[in-house]
Amino acid sequence: MHELSIARNVVEIATEALRDAGGGTVSVVRVRVGVLAGVAPEALTFCYEIAIRGTPLEGSQLLVEVAPVVLHCPTCDRDAQPPDICHLECPVCGTATADVRGGRELEVESIEVI
Amino acid sequence: MTPRILEVRKGVLKKNDELAAELRARFRAAGVFTVNLVSSPGAGKTLLLERTLAALADEGARPAALVGDPETDNDARRLARSGVPVRQIQTHGVCHLEAAMVGNNLAQWDLAGFDYLFIENVGNLVCTTSYDLGEALRVVFLAVTEGEDKPLKYPGLFNSADAAVVSKCDLAAACEFDRDAARTNLHAVRPGLPILETSGKTGTGMSEWLAYLRDRRRAFLESGKAW
Ligand SMILES: Nc1nc2c(ncn2[C@@H]2O[C@H](COP(=O)(O)OP(=O)(O)O)[C@@H](O)[C@H]2O)c(=O)[nH]1
Ligand SMILES: [Mg+2]
Ligand SMILES: [Zn+2]
Repeated sequence: MHELSIARNVVEIATEALRDAGGGTVSVVRVRVGVLAGVAPEALTFCYEIAIRGTPLEGSQLLVEVAPVVLHCPTCDRDAQPPDICHLECPVCGTATADVRGGRELEVESIEVI
Repeated sequence: MTPRILEVRKGVLKKNDELAAELRARFRAAGVFTVNLVSSPGAGKTLLLERTLAALADEGARPAALVGDPETDNDARRLARSGVPVRQIQTHGVCHLEAAMVGNNLAQWDLAGFDYLFIENVGNLVCTTSYDLGEALRVVFLAVTEGEDKPLKYPGLFNSADAAVVSKCDLAAACEFDRDAARTNLHAVRPGLPILETSGKTGTGMSEWLAYLRDRRRAFLESGKAW
């Protein structure tokens, strides 16, 4: 279980962003988590509740946007989503490829301040 | 009052990524080929590594190893029997290694004195996925005792690997291990993944594994010349 340390990093980054913005109350923190990133959204949301206690983010809500796998198909020369995470092939021509262009994201996207 | 939306766009593991990039540059400068070994607990990393260190040292190469373990130093003591430099990273319960832990444990080691640095990660198929350790090669283990569908259950980690070791092959028949299904599953989550089949117990597949490491190290050194 490393979602607690991930959640603490999220809190740290969001707190910094809040300070840079001159303070206020954070209502929402949006993160983007790729399906290949090795982070479970539910566990992260749970750990976030623990991680914000006693911080300027207390009371804020974490919104997790799950990022799908995006492959670059060498045959079609374009990006596409595979049929599922366990079959990394082009949905158009079926070419299997390890050229992963999306799905590993682990990012704090934005915060909402009131 | 309507909330203000502030763009942040920062990697959650930015600090780890930055440290890993520094390590990668140090490994590159020292000419040390670094391999991160990941698997579930007990997949056979330490046993294969024990043989690998001994075999590489025998042929005149200069390997070293860092081994991550949540609490004990048993693995480090096992590996130290090969006579090569070995250090334990105690993670105190943390389920994966991070670049900072690797960096801290390199102190007083002269990296230029090594050809290979193996990092045995903590046994975990999820948490190790997103932590770059500055390695040149990530090798994921799949023991024949674990079932052929492990890659489908943990696609993130298997996808992040550069090679797979199918370990404990001496037990394949006893486990009714379906070799073709395992290969199909590995390639479903990571098309083109090189697969090495080994037994740390009998030594089966050792020569192919060692040849693979030598090749990859050579390619690593060659690619460095372009820098
Ligand atoms: N039969 C057999 N047992 C093995 C092999 N490799 C490891 N083991 C055994 O499996 C257990 C876990 O191995 P270890 O190398 O410590 O796994 P690690 O947790 O991945 O480092 C030990 O009891 C080993 O003796 C193998 O190739 N064949
Ligand atoms: Mg071990
Ligand atoms: Zn295609």
